[in-house]
Order: sequence, then structure tokens, then C-alpha cells
Amino acid sequence: MQTVKMVVTGPFSAGKTEFIRSVSEIDVVATERKISSDSERAVKQATTVAMDFGRITVDEDLVLYLFGTPGQKRFDFMWEILSEGMLGFIVMVDSTRPETFREARSILETFRAYAPTPYVVAANKQDVDDAWELEDMRHALRLDGKVKLLPCVATDKDTVKNVLLELLYSILAEMEGNEK
Amino acid sequence: MALRGNLRDFTVTQLLNLINLAHKTGTLVIEAPNEVAKVSFRDGKLSYAQIGQDDGHLASILHKTSRLTTGQLRAIQLRATHVSDKELGLLLINAGHMTQDDILSSLQSYFTDMVRRLFTWIEGSFRFENDMMPPPDRITVRLDLENLIIEGARQLREFEQLQDEIPSLEMALRFTERPGSNLQKMNLSVEEWRVVSYISPKNTIQQIASAAKMGDMEIRRIVYGLIQAGLVEVVRPDGAAPVQERARPAIPVQNREEQKSLVNRLITRIRSI
Ligand SMILES: Nc1nc2c(ncn2[C@@H]2O[C@H](COP(=O)(O)OP(=O)(O)O)[C@@H](O)[C@H]2O)c(=O)[nH]1
Ligand SMILES: [Mg+2]
Repeated sequence: MQTVKMVVTGPFSAGKTEFIRSVSEIDVVATERKISSDSERAVKQATTVAMDFGRITVDEDLVLYLFGTPGQKRFDFMWEILSEGMLGFIVMVDSTRPETFREARSILETFRAYAPTPYVVAANKQDVDDAWELEDMRHALRLDGKVKLLPCVATDKDTVKNVLLELLYSILAEMEGNEK
Repeated sequence: MALRGNLRDFTVTQLLNLINLAHKTGTLVIEAPNEVAKVSFRDGKLSYAQIGQDDGHLASILHKTSRLTTGQLRAIQLRATHVSDKELGLLLINAGHMTQDDILSSLQSYFTDMVRRLFTWIEGSFRFENDMMPPPDRITVRLDLENLIIEGARQLREFEQLQDEIPSLEMALRFTERPGSNLQKMNLSVEEWRVVSYISPKNTIQQIASAAKMGDMEIRRIVYGLIQAGLVEVVRPDGAAPVQERARPAIPVQNREEQKSLVNRLITRIRSI
């Protein structure tokens, strides 16, 4: 049996957990609560970190795992470990919170440096009234015209499927491109 | 007479026992494949310990034991480079930020934890340096070794049990087909997570351990927990591809047609969700 993985990253509260939950056939392993520095002190002994972990069984021989990155800054060091061997990655951005765009951009750059795999950017929470328009987000995030920026509502399975499919199409296109 | 040898022949617990009985003063240096530990004793009592990259400075220790916040630690590291540990301790006490007992108990629990970590080391060489003591500006403690020795002996038994449960590290792991429902409530530690991220039928447990920089005991304990939770199962390794640190092809080695067929299968599956 073969397993492949994709990583879902982005700033805290962008919608990573929700995204994975929408398509995973197992309950997403854990959700993350914002830990205030006080309670963080209280848990000093057995520090655990929630991780989002979803699964999609393709057939008898193939399983796709979706890994969400932890939002807490102090676990940044896990990114490199998670990015190892991934097929591609998705950067989730909360379209209603422009103050997180800069962080999203820097997360994107970091992941690109870890692995030269294809990626897409999901403009999440497009169902909310004050969500930014895609073209404005493209400028604000300084995304090249070639980078796929896709509308997304993490609670809506169809848009999540679309994001995953667009990433897979990019992966396929890259394989075909490499052939020539 | 030089006290030196290999951990395969003489365990850390046995060394502590010897140091305790002989009331030894000096530093036990243990060189394991990935890390070096230096543990100092005075008259057979634990006085100081430092492992690997840890700088062993008071500020770092107070941070690790949650007595200082990360912000406070950073401020100290940036602006108090010329202050010795003893001075810093006094400053913190004088500022009413903590008491002398707070500092000593932080150091004690930190040093004890360091020694506990050594119990999981089963590979490496050791030597006892009679003349080596921690740098003079460091704050040392005086801790009886008896309790640690008892703990070490207990861990040794646990290790033997784990060895029965997971006899070979040459086996690989894979995620189970149907993870138990307890998976939902599972909160993985950072170490467990590290291991999980390397799980593949291509990687032996031994390879995962070295990629995750873990000792035999630590990896066995984590793998045992993951098996108990129904998350993984032990399988025969599939091929002998080593765990590579970096730049591994995104898709495990196959020819391009197979890769494309794999991606196409993923596409078909996701369309059908
Ligand atoms: N309206 C709306 N809310 C969303 C969407 N995605 C996530 N949320 C909510 O945003 C919050 C943060 O989402 P979560 O998945 O926990 O973010 P994470 O920190 O990236 O894992 C939660 O309250 C979600 O229910 C979306 O597309 N639309
Ligand atoms: Mg989350």
C-alpha cells in the first residue's frame, strides 16, 4: 500500500482544520485552541500539540493524507518535518482578515523554500460579506499571475474539492512539463 | 584508574550507583551517536548537568521550567550577556521576581530531567573526568542520587518489556486501515508527531529513529503508544529506501507513467467525494 501526503498551511484561524474536516473520511484528529500564555504555563509538564490529520482512501493500494500545520508560532520547526515528501501544499488565507496576509505570504515563501513542489492558495471564507475580492487579494499577497488563487469556503465540500483538484492538476502538469 | 567504557557493558544506572557509593567528585561525560552529555557530581551527589546543544545557562533553564517567558528570556539573552548566572540569579531574587527556592527547585528539576533522559541512552561511550567541573559562574545543586537510581532501574525493566513488544527496529510502520475511534481524541506530543510524519512502509523504525534523532528506548516507547492507539501497525519494510533528510522526490520512486497514474487516481477519487 502506498501513502501520499499534502500539507495544508496558513495563519492561525485561516480555516485549515475546517478544510481538512470537510473531505476527510476520519474525524480530524484534533483541533487547536488558542492557548493563552497563562494556560501555556500551566501545561508545562506534558506539552501536547494538536495536529490536524485527515485521510482519503483512494483504493486498496493508495491513501492520501492531509496534514495541517500547527498555528502556534513555537511549533514552526515542525513545518520542515511536515513538508518532507509532500506531493504539494495548500496555503489557506482568511479573505476577511487582511492583517494576516503578510504572514500568509511569509508562510508560503517558507514552504516553497523547503520543497519545490506545486502549491495553490485558497482564498477562504468567501461566504462572509466583507471577504476581499480575489483580484485584490492577488495584489495584496503579491502572487504572480501563474499562481492559482482559488475561492474557497472551507465548510463547503465542493469548493474544498475544487482546491484539491486544482492542486492535483498542477502536479500533473508539472510531471508532464518535466518530461519534455 | 580511568573510569571509561561503553554503555553496552555498563548502564547509566550502574554508573550512578558507582558514583554514589564511591562519593565521587568530577564530571561524567557520555558521548552518544547524536549528542554529548556532561553530568557533574560532588561527593557522590548530582550538582550539574548539560546535554547537547543546551547552553545550560540559568536563563534557559528558567525558561524551560516556565519561570521565565520567552520574551523575558530573549531580553536576557540580548541584553545580559555580560551577567554571570550567579549574578542573574541574585538580580531575579532581588527584583522580587522569584525566590532562591524557586531557582534551586528549577535547577533541580531540570538536572533531574537531564539524567532521566540519559536513562534512554543505550549506545555510546562514557568516561569520568575527575578534574572537570562546571564553569565557576554556574549555580550548582546537591541532589541525592538514590531516587534517580531507583527510577533508572525501573526504566530498565520497562525497556526490557518494550524490547519484547517491539523486538526488531528493522521493521517498518504503516497507518492502519481503520484507525480506532480513540484516534479522534488523540493529542500527539511533538515527539510522537515527528515519528508520525516519517511513517511509511519504506522506512524502518531504526531509520525513523535516526531521522527524528531519537534513541532506541524513546522510539520504542512512542511506537508502542501509536500501536496501542490503533494508529499504526508493524509491517515488513517495503524495499530498502533510506530515510533521506531532504530533497526526497515528492512521490516515492516510480517511473513517470506510474506517477501520473497515481495522480490521476487521486483526481478521480476526489471528484467522487
Ligand atoms: N464563514 C466561514 N467560516 C469559516 C470558514 N472556514 C473556517 N471558518 C471558521 O473560522 C474559524 C477558524 O477555522 P479553523 O479551521 O479552526 O482554522 P485553523 O486555525 O486554520 O485550523 C472557525 O470558527 C471556523 O468555523 C469559511 O470558509 N467560512
Ligand atoms: Mg486548526
